[in-house]
Amino acid sequence: MSEAVAAHYTSTGLDTRKIAFWTFIGSETLLFGTLITTYLLYEGRSVAGPTQHDILNIPLTSVSTFVLLMSSLAMVLGLAGVSEGNVKKARIWLAMTALLGLVFLGFQAYEFTHFVQEGLTITTSLFGSTFFTLTGCHGLHVAVGVIWLSTLLVQSFRGNLGSDKTTTVEIAGLYWHFVDVVWIVIFTLVYLIQRGGGA
Amino acid sequence: MVAARHRPRRPFRGWAWAPILLVVLVAACQGPFPQSTFATTSRSAQDMRDLFMLIFGLAVVVFVLVEGALLFTVIRFRARPGAPDPKPVHGHTPLEIGWTLAPAFIVSLIAVPTVSAIWRSALNEPENPLRIEVVGHQWWWEFTYPESGVRTANEMHVPQGRPVVLEMTSADVIHSFWLPGLAAKRDAILGRTTRLEFTADSLGEFMGQCAEYCGTSHANMRVRVVVDAPDAFDGWTAAQLAGSVSPDSLSSLAREGLEVFRTPKTPATHSCIACHSVSGVSFGVAGPNLTHVGSRTRIAGGVLENSTENLTRWLDNPSAVKPGMGSQMQSGQLIGMPDVDLTPEEIRALVAYLESLR
Amino acid sequence: MTATDTTVTTHEYEVEAPHGIWSWITTTDHKRIGIMYGVSAFIFFLMGGLEALLIRAQLAQADNTLVSAETFNQLFTMHGTTMVFLAIMPLSAAFFNFIIPLQIGARDVAFPRLNAFSFWVFLLGGLFLNASFLVGSAPDGGWFGYANLSSMQYSPGRHFDFWALGLQILGIASLAAGFNFIATIINMRAPGMKLMRMPIFTWMSFVTQLIVVTVFPVITVALVFLTFDRLFGTTFYSVAAGGDLLLWQHLFWLFGHPEVYILILPTMGIISEVLPTFSRKPLFGYPVVVYSGALIAIIGWGVWGHHMFAVGMGALADSYFSAATMLIAIPTGVKIFNWIATMWGGQIRFHTPMLFAIGFVAMFIIGGMSGVMHASPPTDLQQTDTYFVVAHIHYVLFGGAILGLFAGMYYWWPKIFGRMLSEPLGKLHFWLTMIGMNLAFFPMHIIGLFGMPRRIYTYSPDLGLETLNLVSTVGAMIIGVATLVFVFNVFRTRRRGQPAGKNPWGGATLEWAISSPPPVYNFTVLPEVRSLTPLWTDNGVSEIPDHPPAPIHVPGGSYWPLLTAIGVLILFLGALTRIVWPAALGVAWTMFCVFKWAYEPFEV
Repeated sequence: MSEAVAAHYTSTGLDTRKIAFWTFIGSETLLFGTLITTYLLYEGRSVAGPTQHDILNIPLTSVSTFVLLMSSLAMVLGLAGVSEGNVKKARIWLAMTALLGLVFLGFQAYEFTHFVQEGLTITTSLFGSTFFTLTGCHGLHVAVGVIWLSTLLVQSFRGNLGSDKTTTVEIAGLYWHFVDVVWIVIFTLVYLIQRGGGA
Repeated sequence: MVAARHRPRRPFRGWAWAPILLVVLVAACQGPFPQSTFATTSRSAQDMRDLFMLIFGLAVVVFVLVEGALLFTVIRFRARPGAPDPKPVHGHTPLEIGWTLAPAFIVSLIAVPTVSAIWRSALNEPENPLRIEVVGHQWWWEFTYPESGVRTANEMHVPQGRPVVLEMTSADVIHSFWLPGLAAKRDAILGRTTRLEFTADSLGEFMGQCAEYCGTSHANMRVRVVVDAPDAFDGWTAAQLAGSVSPDSLSSLAREGLEVFRTPKTPATHSCIACHSVSGVSFGVAGPNLTHVGSRTRIAGGVLENSTENLTRWLDNPSAVKPGMGSQMQSGQLIGMPDVDLTPEEIRALVAYLESLR
Repeated sequence: MTATDTTVTTHEYEVEAPHGIWSWITTTDHKRIGIMYGVSAFIFFLMGGLEALLIRAQLAQADNTLVSAETFNQLFTMHGTTMVFLAIMPLSAAFFNFIIPLQIGARDVAFPRLNAFSFWVFLLGGLFLNASFLVGSAPDGGWFGYANLSSMQYSPGRHFDFWALGLQILGIASLAAGFNFIATIINMRAPGMKLMRMPIFTWMSFVTQLIVVTVFPVITVALVFLTFDRLFGTTFYSVAAGGDLLLWQHLFWLFGHPEVYILILPTMGIISEVLPTFSRKPLFGYPVVVYSGALIAIIGWGVWGHHMFAVGMGALADSYFSAATMLIAIPTGVKIFNWIATMWGGQIRFHTPMLFAIGFVAMFIIGGMSGVMHASPPTDLQQTDTYFVVAHIHYVLFGGAILGLFAGMYYWWPKIFGRMLSEPLGKLHFWLTMIGMNLAFFPMHIIGLFGMPRRIYTYSPDLGLETLNLVSTVGAMIIGVATLVFVFNVFRTRRRGQPAGKNPWGGATLEWAISSPPPVYNFTVLPEVRSLTPLWTDNGVSEIPDHPPAPIHVPGGSYWPLLTAIGVLILFLGALTRIVWPAALGVAWTMFCVFKWAYEPFEV
């Protein structure tokens, strides 16, 4: 077997990096699953501090959720641009994805500071601890995604993001969509479906 | 290929089992084992032991069969020089089905009585039980009898033949109340109430200890349960409820000891009255109630025999008996009893006083 | 498809492995990484063993004062933590690394630098954990660190911080390796090697990695909660704030039970290779053994509550966990029967690897018996938290995992180092180990049933258990001597050991088709596999010439994995000391290194 073929032989015909990344996504599902489960188990059991009913702002968070959803659309378009070899399209939409991600993070930052002013910190109560850890972890993931996208953008400006890099961008897209889906779950379970009496 | 310098010898497994047999014999000739799970004297402990013997019996049968098969195979099919390569057998479906169903069957023999025992004990509503509230502390047990109002520590008295229900929690970290002969174990957890039930069939004194790692002196958190005849139990209850011994009936040394006990010290945590209750004298709740400490068989969380020498030893240096005593928690609160810095004369007097608290 | 030229004798395209310490520090070669894992893990194993000997020396007598209570509590905590995370797991990793690519006919793993990263993070994590001894703050809360003993309130000081942070470092290493090996096994098998033609060791390792990547996130979250509580004052395990102490136990055991399958499945894989080789018969019921392994992993996800029978979860939960735990006994038993059937009708040769493999089966049966006893809550309520459990653990982990790992060591030593270990010393090691372990751990069944709880630094002579404890201590000492025999064997045969050929044992799998030790590129050409037992089947694998017929690209080394690992360590040192600048530096350094790593020209 020639060396070149040997170097690229795969048992499944799929890109190895994609397989590894899907495994990573599976693992992350359990990470967020554990955080979300803990939040749900402790829902309504806080003995002090503002409760979810008092403090969560659904209209505002709906906007930020929409922003994040739109960023996923931007990501799809950005990936299309890369795979088509359309450099301009790729750059605009990847930049848009990162920008919308930043906007989302801006909303999070506002929400967090507002909550602290209202008397809810990560140490105030079970609600504070579970809420900030869960959404903070998610926000961290968004931030990593924004950095990742920015790096791709830089690569594009250096002329290094041709259609041969489609898989690389696809994996970034996979990550971004995953983070988005996690947010949808969080938004539903934490914001929309509020159970429990609270303090 | 490695040169066959060694004749394929049978691995004489008999040698490996000899030390085990030796051990069993040694064990059998030892005793008594006062904290043994086999020395059962209550229905619930008996049930557990019976279930264990059933499982153990099945385990022995399986062990003999499977290890026997292994041993047989290993001896019978050892390589003979010059023999041809064996036929490659890849599997045999009926055999696989057979030896899947067989363990399933054996396991069901264990599962059925197990689940039945679980539900039997869960649904059991004892008649007119004696409720005792148990609180685990680092490193002692607090007992309160709501029915009579008795408060005591480390030594629990129960009447023979009457169901006892322990309602347990912890004041600090997780402990586990283990009474092998009477009741098996249940964890005591801060923020929760757990339950343990037993009915003592025989009179006697039973040993137990904490079975959930709870810090430095986990090993030193022991308990005694005394099963009294019903009138003796009533007598004990009455004695526990009686106030502490009147100062007039104390010897002069003991009266000095009462003074030592009562006098506040600096720092405040070195004052006896800060942590201990003696009815009519002090009301501390952080440590064991000492109103009738003189009547207990053991002191210091069940670690030491209640004697003059041991009381002296304890008061002189608690952390030597129970390491970790007096260490600080993050809040500044102390775990257990600090070294209270008493002079030998003070200790002598205090010991006399404590011994008089019957 | 066959090789281009089977009579290649030219060395034109031969590639030598690089020499020198720098080449080891920057290595991305799975074989070298495997050796480094093995050496480090074995040293940690010896440390864990020393901790055990001190524990047993203290317990040989009632009311003993050989070590203080504080020291003892650190010893048993570190013994457990070291043996699970720093000995058994990385010893298994040594074999994953060295053997899996060879068994599947690959040149390396999917992500060689990530592989190196995993190793360095593991090593730094192990050093981090053990550095605690140097500052008198070794973890002292048990390897399971229950809340709320783990809170700052009841454990001020740094003991628990070393533990929680150290485990998180190790978790990073395990997760990275998990992603790597899953991708490798799924996508880098040689042509013709369908999943059901994979060697059983690779299969069991594959299942193990699937458990790792699903279960380590759970313990990571549990530990993050603990760390946040301790560092920042959050309320995850705070009863005063309305929290539940059992949250820790559920999260820990959701990880902890699958963890024991992480510990045992690879070694089950090892002996599933050794038994056929030395019986000269293929593994009996290969598909059933594979499915049993997978079933054990899946059911293993659902039995964690059996560690919590004393907590009072209620009759329904107790019944469910009891039944599920007993269910696992079935696939486990099936494996044992398949192993016996493999030997049945064979021509068994009792070389040292085979002795250890048979020892595994014999000891694991005993461990399984006590396991089934624990599965029944009414009996478990007497046994749990006593020496009966300690007996069970050690029969399955020492009698199982460790014996299995030694079987692997003796089996694959010739392949890895090109020399045979001494057979007489190997047999001495085996017999001393068998006698020692049974003397050490069998009495513990009795000690537990006769009333001795676990995790106690001393016990009263009133219990009547001194003699049995002394016997156990003697057994432990014998294990120590046995292990020294192994170490002596290793050093003695480094220069004087008999050189090994390609296939000294007559094994069936691909790793035995190449030289011992293998060339740096493993296979001169990618083999094509046509059988489950390629070397035992005519035409089972295509010809593999002795020298490369064409140029082979061997990736160079990289220092970014080590540097990135150091960044991770610095971050955790910041968390340990609660000083912001090392934490910030660690984050920045790690990010910088990740970027350099990502854009480094590195071709697989």
